[in-house]
Amino acid sequence: MTKTIKLQTPLTDEDVSKLSIGDKVLISGTIYTGRDAAHKRLVELVEAGKELPFDIKGQIIYYVGPAPAPPGKPIGSAGPTTSYRMDPYAPALMDVGLKGMIGKGPRNQAVIDSMKKNQAVYFAAIGGAAVVVAKAITAAKVIAYEDLGTEAIRELKVKNFPCIVANDIYGNDIYQEGVKKYKIET
Amino acid sequence: MREINVKEIIPIVRKLCIDANYYIGKDVLDKIKEFYEKEESPTAKEVLSILLENYELAANEKMPSCQDTGVAVVFIELGQDVHLVGGNFYEAINEGVRQGYKDGYLRKSLVDDPIIDRVNTKDNTPALIYTDIVPGEKIKITVAPKGGGSENMSEVKMMKAADGIEGVIDFVVDRVRRSGGNPCPPIVVGVGLGGNFEQSALLAKKALLRPLNESHPEDKWAKVEEEILEKVNKLGIGPQGFGGRTTALGVTILHKPCHIASMPVAVNIQCHAARHKSAVI
Repeated sequence: MTKTIKLQTPLTDEDVSKLSIGDKVLISGTIYTGRDAAHKRLVELVEAGKELPFDIKGQIIYYVGPAPAPPGKPIGSAGPTTSYRMDPYAPALMDVGLKGMIGKGPRNQAVIDSMKKNQAVYFAAIGGAAVVVAKAITAAKVIAYEDLGTEAIRELKVKNFPCIVANDIYGNDIYQEGVKKYKIET
Repeated sequence: MREINVKEIIPIVRKLCIDANYYIGKDVLDKIKEFYEKEESPTAKEVLSILLENYELAANEKMPSCQDTGVAVVFIELGQDVHLVGGNFYEAINEGVRQGYKDGYLRKSLVDDPIIDRVNTKDNTPALIYTDIVPGEKIKITVAPKGGGSENMSEVKMMKAADGIEGVIDFVVDRVRRSGGNPCPPIVVGVGLGGNFEQSALLAKKALLRPLNESHPEDKWAKVEEEILEKVNKLGIGPQGFGGRTTALGVTILHKPCHIASMPVAVNIQCHAARHKSAVI
């Protein structure tokens, strides 16, 4: 990890221009959750030219289906889900202003190209570190698609949510670079 | 003959679901610590230390270590001298799962129709239940909650005898390579060999129940496990796929006899949360 950068949402072009793969970031502000089922609905709205349930410009979507909140806590365990399942939907959302995504695991080339084109960034949270992430979430409320249960869209207030920059706006990919660096040919 | 009322099973399954999700096994923690010492990548080291911190927090706060609290996979070893009374045995297991996932604030991660409707069943049932009849008059129940991210990276291949052990090793290593950072490495690689198409997959899943500090009881297979682990950890994938030496914590193999024409090979990928808890009644 080269450096630690604090980020406040919504993100600006200037914010994302400073980020490189491997940077550790601490994200604060409002972020939105969404996974497979919610993405399908969001992209259907975009394609129909309809308004989204939240203003997506400069925002971050976190790929998560949280566990139920235990008494006295704003949310249950809330680590990232695997991102490639959202790859078919992500470019359409970046085209209408989405600036960041948080998940785990590599993205396909179409998403990487869209990040370059739209000046957007992909952050990796630590898969399985779901209590560590939950501690960075100070408030949570469902704002759309309540029928989807854990897959509903939630607005989260986060403070110093720890992530690593996995894809920057310059086309770099930590998953390719990291493996290249540590692979031992046999 | 021993009579057991199925109602006795409900609170036991309930507790196993909760405990498996809150308290990771010491074998997993010890392995992560062991690999932390050997890891060369600073990013990988940081990831491993965050995972250790997370497991400690989960146990202390009584929260599931991962939000994906899985499908409840339940293995039953039913003594043949047990007479079950008081209702439906499988319904009792499902009631235990229902209560455990509700009372433990665990995520309900099942959909009913798998393709067209995909509506959540809301109580994490039905459990996936596998029963073996064994000698004796006890019941052993193991609950192994299985997450979706790692399960999605699993595969069965019907290989040829001519592919040999080298072909099997290459297939398993390549399955891990193709999985990359998706299944939450460091992973455990469960391998099922032989049986039939369907049995190989179940063997691979059962192989994941072996504690990580135990090696295969047969030397020749223990050596194969070591060879696969070494090759997998040369792939460079590392924790979370960010690059590093710790791609897998262990490889566990189970094998059975098979047809003269066949050589089924199943790889069941398990994320670092290699969760399972057992109880004996």
